[in-house]
Amino acid sequence: MQAAARLDTTFAALADPTRRAILARLTAGEASVTELAAPFRMSQPAISKHLKVLERAGLISRGRDAQRRPRRLEAKRLAEATRWLERYRRFWEGNYQRLDALLEELQTKERKWET
Amino acid sequence: MGNLKVTTPSDREIVMTRVFDAPRKLVYDAHTKPELVKRWLLGPPGWSMPVCEINLRVGGTYRYVWRNDGDGTEMGMGGVYREIRAPERVVNTERFDQAWYPGEGVGTLVLVEQGGRTTLTHTMLYESREARDAVLKSGMEQGVAASYDRLAELLASAPRKL
Repeated sequence: MQAAARLDTTFAALADPTRRAILARLTAGEASVTELAAPFRMSQPAISKHLKVLERAGLISRGRDAQRRPRRLEAKRLAEATRWLERYRRFWEGNYQRLDALLEELQTKERKWET
Repeated sequence: MGNLKVTTPSDREIVMTRVFDAPRKLVYDAHTKPELVKRWLLGPPGWSMPVCEINLRVGGTYRYVWRNDGDGTEMGMGGVYREIRAPERVVNTERFDQAWYPGEGVGTLVLVEQGGRTTLTHTMLYESREARDAVLKSGMEQGVAASYDRLAELLASAPRKL
């Protein structure tokens, strides 16, 4: 896959809150499908579908244990995608922190006028 | 209030969500009154916004120019307002002078107030996936090293029922 197309698959996979929660769980170590399904009031097939999307995006892989087939995080791919999003996020968070300060200032002025 | 969330719900979009501890009217003003926009929409340290012109009506244009106060580099952009519903919704196009991404972007700002706080959702829609990815890649030249810390920060936004 080309880099751009690959990254797109990764971003699409990360767009879903359940899949992000699965990845969050996997940062703590590998887990079987049953273990991953447990916290989500979701059927195993539904979870398996999410896992397939994550696998196709290269974000997770399967461990060696043939019976449990534990999934584990592919941190490198995740880091590649999050690096971009995080840079973008930081840029805007900088702006929005200035906006916080400005809004605070405007509200203080308004309060002064009211009293 | 912090905790800006950035997501990519489709291959042509970037969505930002953030809560501000202020009524919607003020957040709206801060996005539409030039003297206020200039105070915060600045980017990295060392940049100022010498030009900020806003003609706030449907079909009206806006023009922003930023300047790097160190080396004098300027970066300009502008567009047209497509939809204005004060104080809750603004839709406008955007195009940069340097055209560092292909085509035009369309930004939709939505403000929802609840209990004196305002949730801002800003959606940027680009003409292609290439354009969207170019925007996400911008600023990557500094090549910040990946770390598990930042990864955890991003993932912390996931709903946890663990």
